[in-house]
Amino acid sequence: MAITIDRIADEMFEMVKEAQEVGKKLKPMDLQKTIKNKYDDVDKPMTKKAIKQLVDSGRLVYSYFGGTFLELPHREGAAND
Amino acid sequence: MPKEYKTPQLDELEKGPWPSFVKEIKLAAKNNEMANDVLGQLEQSYDERLGHWKHGGIVGVMGYGGGVIGRYSDLPDKYPAVSHFHTLRVNHPSGWFYTSDALRKVCDIWEKHGSGLTNMHGSTGDIVLLGTRTEKLEPVFQELAEAGFDLGGSGSDVRTPSCCVGKARCEWACYDTMKACYDITMRYQDELHRPAFPYKWKFKFAGCPNDCVASIARADCSLIGTWRDDLRIDQDEVAAYADGGLDIFNDVVLQCPAKCMRYDAEKKTLEVDNESCRRCMHCINVMPKALRPGTDTGAVFLLGSKAPILEGALLSSVMVPFVNLDDEEEFEDFCDLVDEMIDVWCEEGKARERVGEFIQRVGMGNFLEAIGLEPMPEMVAYPRDNPYIFYEMEEEEELEEA
Ligand code: HEM
Ligand code: HEM
Ligand code: SF4
Ligand code: SF4
Repeated sequence: MAITIDRIADEMFEMVKEAQEVGKKLKPMDLQKTIKNKYDDVDKPMTKKAIKQLVDSGRLVYSYFGGTFLELPHREGAAND
Repeated sequence: MPKEYKTPQLDELEKGPWPSFVKEIKLAAKNNEMANDVLGQLEQSYDERLGHWKHGGIVGVMGYGGGVIGRYSDLPDKYPAVSHFHTLRVNHPSGWFYTSDALRKVCDIWEKHGSGLTNMHGSTGDIVLLGTRTEKLEPVFQELAEAGFDLGGSGSDVRTPSCCVGKARCEWACYDTMKACYDITMRYQDELHRPAFPYKWKFKFAGCPNDCVASIARADCSLIGTWRDDLRIDQDEVAAYADGGLDIFNDVVLQCPAKCMRYDAEKKTLEVDNESCRRCMHCINVMPKALRPGTDTGAVFLLGSKAPILEGALLSSVMVPFVNLDDEEEFEDFCDLVDEMIDVWCEEGKARERVGEFIQRVGMGNFLEAIGLEPMPEMVAYPRDNPYIFYEMEEEEELEEA
């Protein structure tokens, strides 16, 4: 059965969540590479679509610390409320 | 009533005949509290020789990873109006041509939602809108979109492409820089808004080797106009320059880096050995009425420059010596080659490694092999100067066998 964008997005979401639990941040490229290596029938455009879905729906957000990362939404440490 | 700050140090920067950002911030501060608190915080920074801006991590508009640069004051109690002070990069139109109506709209939106302070334009090329609050980002974005503007790039993405004014105003433009810049911006929308690279990637388009956008020094991907045929010479105009008092021998011929010009002072004629000409523009700049670029024009595609941030500065090096970007098919081929380069860099590049640094690390020979481009003499500055391209023993053996 061919893998769906939804499923890729779910797996990416889990990867980010697990990384964040141990205090690590992942870059979009980390997610894309891992998924591409795992499945033969997944190409780069599919991984891009999955990321677009994750950020368009607000499940993940972009952050910037010298480079761009993907994270679960949370209150920013530097933020002044 | 806004607080009034004493700013003796900032006031120093209002002196002198040149434009002053202090004068402009003070003007904005009359109607805008954010601009006013900038004055207070800046004066304190000058006193203490300490910056008081914190970098924010998650700040942006829904769905985009680029375009907003998060900043917070680390003295929010003292300067509450700048407790958030995020910057927006707004994608400028090719060549920075606006109607005054469009500019007014941008400024009105910004006075309503932000500090009213702008930087026209940032070194990225974008319209830079300085200072707003997190909750204002979406409304600003929506109103800008309605006015026909989009956010530009920031972070590890394709940065807002920029170009010189090109054919709109400059007769030296060897290709349509504004069109190329626009087409690339549209083609790389996804890469511009959703950062997925090891680090930033900049495209800059210059119409001729004068390189008014300084692409060779700061764009990962520099497209610089050039010509393949002969420089055009109008000998009557050469004579007119001589009669007008121009010292053609000393100021033109002797300054030619290729030493490929010959001037006959008696006949007042100029000769160019076009095989040796380096297309540097010097002679054309000095005698614009007498000399012009040729008519078989296009661009040199160079790769790898960057300003010093993590490592030292790099200049771009030639990848393709001539590509006619105005031709649809050649433009497509150019994009395919760029995609190939980006793929290799994304696959193998380290975090925060610009493509030029990546090439230095893996070697130009390996990079060319990975993207499937043949090495050629135009890629090196001097013979035997760049020892990174080797010829293969196998090739020699094949030749011997043949
Ligand atoms: C009249 C006699 C010679 C002249 C005018 C001459 C001239 C030159 C020149 C101009 C180069 C530089 C080429 C380049 O820039 O790539 C060169 C390279 C070289 N020559 Fe000669 N040469 C002479 C005799 C010799 C002799 C007798 C030897 C050895 C016994 C020799 C060995 C070399 C070597 C090893 C190189 C370097 C090649 C390389 O770097 O790949 N040359 N020669
Ligand atoms: C055992 C004897 C020799 C050894 C091991 C030797 C070795 C070398 C080496 C390693 C280089 C540098 C090659 C490069 O940078 O690519 C070189 C360059 C050169 N050698 Fe020799 N060499 C010898 C004898 C000679 C002789 C007898 C001559 C001239 C009569 C000569 C002329 C040159 C020249 C002209 C160059 C090129 C310099 C340049 O690139 O500007 N060599 N040699
Ligand atoms: S780079 Fe060349 S073509 Fe472009 S504006 Fe400058 S001089 Fe004119
Ligand atoms: S363009 Fe530059 S290299 Fe060519 S003839 Fe003029 S001065 Fe010389």
